[in-house]
This record gives sequence, C-alpha cells and structure tokens, in this order.
Amino acid sequence: MRDLQKEILELLEKDSRLSKTQLAKMLNVTPEEVEQIIFELEQDNVILKYHTVINWEKQACPRVTALIEVNITPQREVGFDKIAERIYRFPQVKSVYLMSGSYDLCVIIEGETMHDISFFVAEKLAPLEHVNGTKTHFVMKRYKEDGVIFSGEEKDKRLVVSP
Amino acid sequence: MTINPGSFINEAVKSIPPSGIRKFFDLVSQTEGVISLGVGEPDFVTPWHIREACYYSLEKGFTMYTSNYGMPELRKAISVYLQKYALEYNPLDEILITVGVSEGVDLALRALTSPGDEILIPDPSYVSYAPGAILAGGTPIPLSTYEKDEFKLTPEELEHKITSKSKVLILTFPNNPTGAIMTKEDLEKIAQLVEKYNLVVISDEIYSELTYEGKHYSFAALPGMWERTITLNGFSKAFAMTGWRIGYAAAPKEIISAMMKIHQFSILCAPIMGQKAALEALINGESEMKKMVHSFNQRRNLIVNGLRELGLDCFEPKGSFYAFPSIKKTGMTSEEFAEKLLLEEKVAVVPGNAFGESGEGFIRCCYAASVGNINEALERMGRFLNRL
Ligand SMILES: Cc1ncc(COP(=O)(O)O)c(C=O)c1O
Repeated sequence: MRDLQKEILELLEKDSRLSKTQLAKMLNVTPEEVEQIIFELEQDNVILKYHTVINWEKQACPRVTALIEVNITPQREVGFDKIAERIYRFPQVKSVYLMSGSYDLCVIIEGETMHDISFFVAEKLAPLEHVNGTKTHFVMKRYKEDGVIFSGEEKDKRLVVSP
Repeated sequence: MTINPGSFINEAVKSIPPSGIRKFFDLVSQTEGVISLGVGEPDFVTPWHIREACYYSLEKGFTMYTSNYGMPELRKAISVYLQKYALEYNPLDEILITVGVSEGVDLALRALTSPGDEILIPDPSYVSYAPGAILAGGTPIPLSTYEKDEFKLTPEELEHKITSKSKVLILTFPNNPTGAIMTKEDLEKIAQLVEKYNLVVISDEIYSELTYEGKHYSFAALPGMWERTITLNGFSKAFAMTGWRIGYAAAPKEIISAMMKIHQFSILCAPIMGQKAALEALINGESEMKKMVHSFNQRRNLIVNGLRELGLDCFEPKGSFYAFPSIKKTGMTSEEFAEKLLLEEKVAVVPGNAFGESGEGFIRCCYAASVGNINEALERMGRFLNRL
C-alpha cells in the first residue's frame, strides 16, 4: 500500500517550502488530502518545525560550534533523562543525544565566540550535579550539515539538448 | 584541379540527413538563461558508491583491456540481473558488453542486415535506429504510433508495413520520446506476427527500470521469442551513468558471436573503468536506483499535471523520463513551437519530429530536471501559451 504520509515527509524533509498544491501535483492527489495529512502530522508532533540550513560564515557573522562529550551518573528511576533535560533547556544547546560507547551525552552547542562556549562549559555544564566529566571539541570547518554540502550544489553539467 | 573532400564520402553516409536534435542544440547553446527540458539523461550524478568503486579500481591498477566480451564478473552479474525479467542468458557466450546501448544498436543492425533488408522501426523513437539501418545497408521503414493508441505499436500497423523484404523489427519500449510502454499482452500480439513473418527483433530496453505502473516485460521472455531476439540494455538511464558508456547485448550465442566479430575489430572491448563501475552498480546499486525512479515518478506527476493545467493534451507517459504533450491546438509545427518558446521564454524542449514524422505536433519535455526548474518552465510555458 502507498504510504502517502511517508512520501510527504520525505519531500518536506528535503524542501519544506514545497506548497500544498505542489505536493498534490507531485503525488497525484488533491491539495485537500495533502492539507489534511500535514495537519495531522503537525498535530501529532511528527512535523516539529520547518527550518532553514544557513551558511553563517558567508554572512560574515560566524558562529562557534562545539561538540561536548559528557559523562554522567544516571539517577535512580529517571536514568539519564532528568540530567539531559537540565542541559537541553539552555537555549544555546542545539542538540542533545544519549550515546552508546565511551561517553553518555553528546551536547552540541553554539555561541558567538569561543569564550561563550568555555564559559558555558565551565560555569553551567561541568558543575552540574551528576556530571562527572566533559570533553569539548570545537568545530573547525563545516563540510556538510543536514545533508547539505556547504561548498554549494554542483552545477548541472549536462548538455542542454541531447537525444 | 580543385579537390572537393566531400566527394570522397560514401553514398550511404551522405544520404543520412543532419540530426534535428543537433540543429536545435546549436540554437539553444547560443541562448543565455535557458531552462532546459531538452536533455536525454538523468539529472542525477552517478551515485557516489559507483564513482568511488571506479577510483578504487584505478588505484588497484585496473587499466588494461578486458575480454572482447567484457569482464566475466560483469557478464555473470548481468545474467543474474536479467532473471528479474524472466530472461536466461549464459554469461559465457550469450552476453556482450558494449560501449553503451548505442554500440549495441549498431552491432545488432550490422550483424543482421543484408543489402536491401527492411528494418521496421516504431516512429517516433530514439534517433539512432534509422541511420544505423542505412549504414548497415538496410532500408528503414517507419511504423507509425499514435496518441490514441497510447503510442504503442499496434499489430495492424506492423502487418500493414511488412513486405517480403522485412527482416528486422526494432522494439523500443519504454519509449523515448513518448514515454509509452508495451505490456505483456501488447507484446504477445506483436510476437504472433514476428513468428508468422519470420522476423528477428532488436529490443532496446534501456528504460526497463523506469516504469511507473507495473513492471517492465521483456519481449524475449515470450514463448518462442528468445531465439529471435537481441535484448539490449545498459546503465546510462537507470543508474545515471550516461558518460560511462556501458551497455550490453544478450542473445543466442550464434547472434552474439556475429556481433562479437564486429565488436572485436572495431572496438576491441568496452573501457574497463566503466565496466568496473557497472559491476558495482549491479551489485550494490539497487536501492539508490529505486530512489531515483521514485523521484522521477514525482516529477512525472508534476509535469503531466502542470502541462494539462496549461491546457495542453498530454498523454500519460508510463515509462522513461519524458512527457510528450501535443501542441497541435496552437496551429504551429513542432519546430516553430520549440523555436518560438526558446526565443521568447527561454525554455528548451525538443520538437517531436526530431524523432520521426509521427512526432510532428508534439514536443518532448524531459522531466529529469529539478522541481524548481520544472515549475519555472511550466510558468514560462503558461505565459507563452497565453500570448498565442
Ligand atoms: C531508447 C534509447 N536507446 C539508446 C540510447 C543510448 O544509450 P547509451 O548511453 O547506452 O548509448 C538512448 C539514449 O538516449 C535511448 O533513449
């Protein structure tokens, strides 16, 4: 059976600006059907947000990003979740993942300067109860993010007309 | 004495008219800011794992000739692959790796045609069959296909064109430029005539993976047809590998060995880099290929719905990556329409008559283009049509 929800999600994941009529034409269904499905996906929190991938460096307002490995002691009953929450509530924290392997939480944080980040780690993150240690890795260069290559899309190199 | 170098050219070559596509290409190339729906290849670059496999083979030093037939591993992989179309070919002597399906078409025509033989070719269709027939010493006979029959080849038209000189029937479905397909039932009716008139068939199935309603059916899989069919296929379209130039022919060994004779003296073997990449495509390429087909299908819907909204009659193409709308309503010929559209709105499409007389009144719009470009092209075409 055709999974229309999945098809819509995959198309929006690649280009969230596709309009409902566009989607309807591509999927050969009515705009009303698309509208209804998107509405439900938004209601169910499957679609959380429509966001834009930006290369800030080109705008001459660079941002500093760091990946922080965090080791923590899980707590009875709530495991890692409680402490993860205390971390992800900081707005400068972009992503938090629970990891398998040699550390527990992977925290991705963004700031305007390196100082912002070291301040956050030293003052906010490391002193948290149950946090046993952190290791900060600064991002030096972005090659690809969210499936987008930062050097720009490759140009169409095909002949303009061919048999 | 003044020498005219042109006088040295052989008569068959001289008799071939210049390509309609070439003419249009020159025109488009002189125009800036064109959105092109005029291409005949996927807009995807070859999947990275395939390109990477070629790097690896170069690193390992695979830079030599292969067997005339092509790499044994590749022929083996092709024989396994063709089973999905219920085709059984022995990789040892029933499969030949060619330089694209283009070479396969040429070899097949040269191996089968004797002077004066008539070669039956669906019209409109891909541009190389008729010239290939002439160069092989045969006479091309167009078999008209019509929108009202969904551009399928009908048994009536075939039987009508068969004479005592008929030798070869070319089948080329899914079709370029119409997007038509032939189902098993459609092919069965053709097979009866093939048998009745003792024809041999060249079946160009290069778009076999690109069907959007049901699976492709191979002509050679019909009872009694295997012995009289050369199946041609390749990597250009399904795996986005046009520049690698790898295709293959599969047929009974007597026919393959005849094609091999020509191939070994004119080509020797297909390039090993391409063969290595093709092997990777067959072994690990299915999932990416499926994704590309899925994406073509979405764009097919987009362009067909879009063209119809513009008021053009557009038959539903069920294969390949072309839409073939009729522009008869405008009162213009295909060439006039395409030229005017190019000059006024900078959208390139290919006039249908470049693919044969029955293509007159239609234009070929390739939807292997980005969604953004398809939308923009449709918008420009809308403006253009409104002004007429
Ligand atoms: C029907 C058909 N056959 C053959 C070819 C040539 O393919 P190849 O790149 O394998 O030579 C094309 C290319 O457009 C085609 O449309």
